[in-house]
Amino acid sequence: MAVEFPPEVKREFDELVAKYEQTRAALLPVLHLAQREFGYISPEVEEYVAGLMELPPTKVHEVVTFYTLYHKTQPGKHVIRLCKTLSCHLLGAHTIKDHLCRKIGLENGHGTTPDGRFTLELVECLGACEFAPMMQVDERYYGPLTPEKIDEIIDGLTDEPVVENVDEG
Amino acid sequence: MSIKITTKNLNIPNYNRLSVYREHGGYEALKKALSMEPAAVTDEVKRSNLVGLGGAGFPAGVKWGFIPKDTPKAKYLVVNGDEGEPGTFKDRYLLEFAPHQLIEGMIICSYAVGIHKAYIYIRGEYIRQIKIVRRAVEEAQEAGLLGENILGSGFNLDIVVHQGAGAYICGEETGLIESLEGKKGFPRIKPPFFPAAIGLFGCPTVINNVETLSQVPHVIANGAEWFASIGTEKNGGTRVFAVSGHVRKPGICELPMGVPLRELIYEHCGGMRDDRPVKAVIPGGSSSPVLTADHLDTKMDFVGLRDAGSMGGSGAVVVMDDTTCMVDVCANIARFYAHESCGQCTPCREGTGWVSKILDRILAGNARPEDVDNAVRVAKNMMGRTICLLADGAAMPILSYLTKFRNEFDYHVEHKCCDVKGG
Ligand SMILES: Cc1cc2nc3c(=O)[nH]c(=O)nc-3n(C[C@H](O)[C@H](O)[C@H](O)COP(=O)(O)O)c2cc1C
Ligand code: SF4
Ligand code: FES
Repeated sequence: MAVEFPPEVKREFDELVAKYEQTRAALLPVLHLAQREFGYISPEVEEYVAGLMELPPTKVHEVVTFYTLYHKTQPGKHVIRLCKTLSCHLLGAHTIKDHLCRKIGLENGHGTTPDGRFTLELVECLGACEFAPMMQVDERYYGPLTPEKIDEIIDGLTDEPVVENVDEG
Repeated sequence: MSIKITTKNLNIPNYNRLSVYREHGGYEALKKALSMEPAAVTDEVKRSNLVGLGGAGFPAGVKWGFIPKDTPKAKYLVVNGDEGEPGTFKDRYLLEFAPHQLIEGMIICSYAVGIHKAYIYIRGEYIRQIKIVRRAVEEAQEAGLLGENILGSGFNLDIVVHQGAGAYICGEETGLIESLEGKKGFPRIKPPFFPAAIGLFGCPTVINNVETLSQVPHVIANGAEWFASIGTEKNGGTRVFAVSGHVRKPGICELPMGVPLRELIYEHCGGMRDDRPVKAVIPGGSSSPVLTADHLDTKMDFVGLRDAGSMGGSGAVVVMDDTTCMVDVCANIARFYAHESCGQCTPCREGTGWVSKILDRILAGNARPEDVDNAVRVAKNMMGRTICLLADGAAMPILSYLTKFRNEFDYHVEHKCCDVKGG
């Protein structure tokens, strides 16, 4: 399958690039757009983006691999980022991790579950230490976590990603 | 004294919407600023003793004054909303609940310095906050508060909200600028790359933290003397502490600069979980050296914390009770820096990696007798010889645990287990 933005996404791309003094400055947001569109940043997507932005593919590859939020392989339907940094650690992130892994059926503690539903990443401080221990599921933050709360959150998920809707209410 | 400035209105429903912000006096400071001479605005900020609240505590007005007045180049304002220092979460509140306060501060700063394009760099995980700030920028544009001829003053400013992609080092100002140019977040060498001279796209650039700029409308509205009278001699106003760890009520807490640490913990954060004693406190984010219970009377401004052998940093306060193992804490922090070092400088790349390995070994009970001294030696060798301050910001706290709690490290090495009881 050829990697290409559909026309309406290509328009979004053009608008994005127009906001910046230099085309290259839009690279991070363009990669976010590409990830939303294609699910992850494959070598083909890197090349496509490089072509669109008139950059050598290596410059795009460098950026994709430097930052943690770009997926280099297909993630599960839900991406869970569990914080392991100090404030969360002090309040039991480790126990939470064990429970979460059992709940989603992940044996080795990180990566994607065999059923392809969940990808678990153990990450550094997410800037929500008052909710320690905490995690992010797709777009949304959850905490403070307890085993019961984990069960409730996981049982409540559909196959659609969790989206932050700021316009409601 | 209880006085709130930037967080005063955070509980008002829909305060992040333009109409509600205006009902509570929003954008009046902007009108006042636009009626002043630009230089007078900078002067007001200088006299207020407003200092940078992102980490270094550098006087904001002085920083603005570094930007050359007569330059053929464009000038930029960059807002640092990368908020990655472990323990820090105050900017998240200011972005989510008071985006117009930040935008107003940005317009005032841009007017004072002669800037017509500004970027807000927000860490990539803050998706809710990014959406809210984008909406606020659109609202301000539609109301003539951004774009051409703002409020009929002839002054123009455009703001772009930029989503980061996950990397602590992009919080460092020159790493952030590289990242904003579409590159890896590799910090630049200073000199020559001081942002005020050679910043974004090679142009003079002001870079300030979200909270610093959120204070600006209040400085202009109420005057420099009012603001300066609130804090300490050198640090004006308030700051928003982000408190986490073993306190009963973790959260944000805005208090005057120089508030005693004890008051912050016991009067504003509900005291300690299970009434246990304080064992240690990180007073300014994970890069600040740890304080012990002997330091509870420390004044929480940049000067007071420096005098106590630590630093004001990002205002993130992590409180630990007597059930906490300091080897465990130190190893956790060391792992963070080993992960976040960008790898450009050998002392940082190798040093953070080795210290982390040694500490994990001590924690796991596999240490060699000389390991504690080794960790101290490696950490000392990281300081003062790198491109950016991440290496010092890793070495200083690690050395503080290794010296102040040396007995716990030695116990782990000798007995291959932990001595900390309680919990
Ligand atoms: C390793 C490192 C990480 C930093 N992270 C942040 C950050 O996340 N947010 C921030 O505002 N400043 C951060 N800083 C400080 C910035 O370099 C810079 O001093 C600040 O953005 C200036 O704004 P201010 O003067 O308003 O504080 C960091 C500094 C270093 C050395
Ligand atoms: S000190 Fe560390 S983080 Fe900073 S530039 Fe050098 S290697 Fe990168
Ligand atoms: S330490 Fe977990 S969110 Fe900050």
